[in-house]
Amino acid sequence: MRIEVNGAGHNVTSPPLASLLTVLREEMDVTSVKAGCESGGCGACTVLIDGQPRRSCLTPVVTAVGSEVTTVEGLGTPDSPSAIQQSFIHHYAMQCGFCTPGLVVAATAYVNGGGSDDLDSVAEAISGHVCRCTGYNKILEAVAAAVKSSEFDLSSTAVDKNTVVIKTGGAV
Amino acid sequence: MDIDVRIPDSSRAAAADFGDGSGVSVMAGGTIMMNLLNSYRAQPSKVLLLHKAGLSYVNQDGSTVTIGATTPLADLAGLPAPLGPCAANIGDPAIRGQGTVGGNLCAIASEEFPVGDLQGALLALGATVRSTGEGGERTEGLAEFLSSGGSRLLLEVSFQLPAAGAFEALRRPHTKHFTPLAVSGALASDGEVRLAATGAASTGVRLSSAEAAANDPSEAGQAALEDVTLADDALASAWYRGRTLPTLVERVLTQLKEQA
Repeated sequence: MRIEVNGAGHNVTSPPLASLLTVLREEMDVTSVKAGCESGGCGACTVLIDGQPRRSCLTPVVTAVGSEVTTVEGLGTPDSPSAIQQSFIHHYAMQCGFCTPGLVVAATAYVNGGGSDDLDSVAEAISGHVCRCTGYNKILEAVAAAVKSSEFDLSSTAVDKNTVVIKTGGAV
Repeated sequence: MDIDVRIPDSSRAAAADFGDGSGVSVMAGGTIMMNLLNSYRAQPSKVLLLHKAGLSYVNQDGSTVTIGATTPLADLAGLPAPLGPCAANIGDPAIRGQGTVGGNLCAIASEEFPVGDLQGALLALGATVRSTGEGGERTEGLAEFLSSGGSRLLLEVSFQLPAAGAFEALRRPHTKHFTPLAVSGALASDGEVRLAATGAASTGVRLSSAEAAANDPSEAGQAALEDVTLADDALASAWYRGRTLPTLVERVLTQLKEQA
């Protein structure tokens, strides 16, 4: 059994009904994917399967064979964050960070799927994700801003994190 | 213990692997079964995975809509009320992409929460169910299927597009929560009004007393209380469900009248 994660192949040693979450974390050390409730309710384990958001805790690994699995590791790096990741940084849309990978993944699917910047639509798109820190408003703003990418230049890949903190600090 | 995992590549192969259903656990989207497996509440010896069985489709032939058992809930969102809005009200985009029609109809309501959100909408639409298992294939009404007990492999569900349809639900606080109460209504092309509730009891329930009083939405709302034994759980008390059911029924009937 072989799965494709972030563009690389991996030979699975776990049994076929092991969750994709377990395989990602325990076999592959892809630890951005969080084991929160492990029953589908918190969203922290969300990954993209063929571009669509899916709960990795509810996905038997055998059903991911033949599909492309993407986690935040496949979306950007600290030196070159994706547009959504930049928007989360700009808007301070995280505190402890536990829910952030799942939210970034869900937001990526939403924006790539042509989602609007209407806050009710954004809220519906991320309604499966529990965040215990931010009160959600910063996250909603970050996703809406990523849709309206004209608000700031999301095409630039190099982010000066110090500058971002100062800019955002004024708005907090 | 090794689990015997079967991945049939056609509905015929799925029916053969299912046999009479004894000792077989069926998994389609995984939203229910994986939850049970992850927590060791289910320890099956044989699991049938249906993701390659070719049962994911929505076909429309004239006014007849036929939906395959493993069609994800997300694929129903564009269908008319009550089914489309009902499907769109379940979970979040990820859950709707994984959860399936068959899983939703075969979900056994737990002692904790009512599951099976689509049951009410499909009861209101007068849906029929094609299933296989002991004695071979059979087609029956959804109400008979839900109450028949035993183990069947659901293959597809069909219904006639209604002349009018409406769906009303109490809001749920977050994805993890099931809808505490929802009412579906449909006006069939022959003029019959069907109403059904989910969340009120362990499976979807037809509201026949309310249907009999359908000409007066307010009276029908009160009559609906005679059709159900209201669930009393952590999502909502029986008292609260009893106060809100008449309002949902009244709203659904009012919408049906406006559309007719």
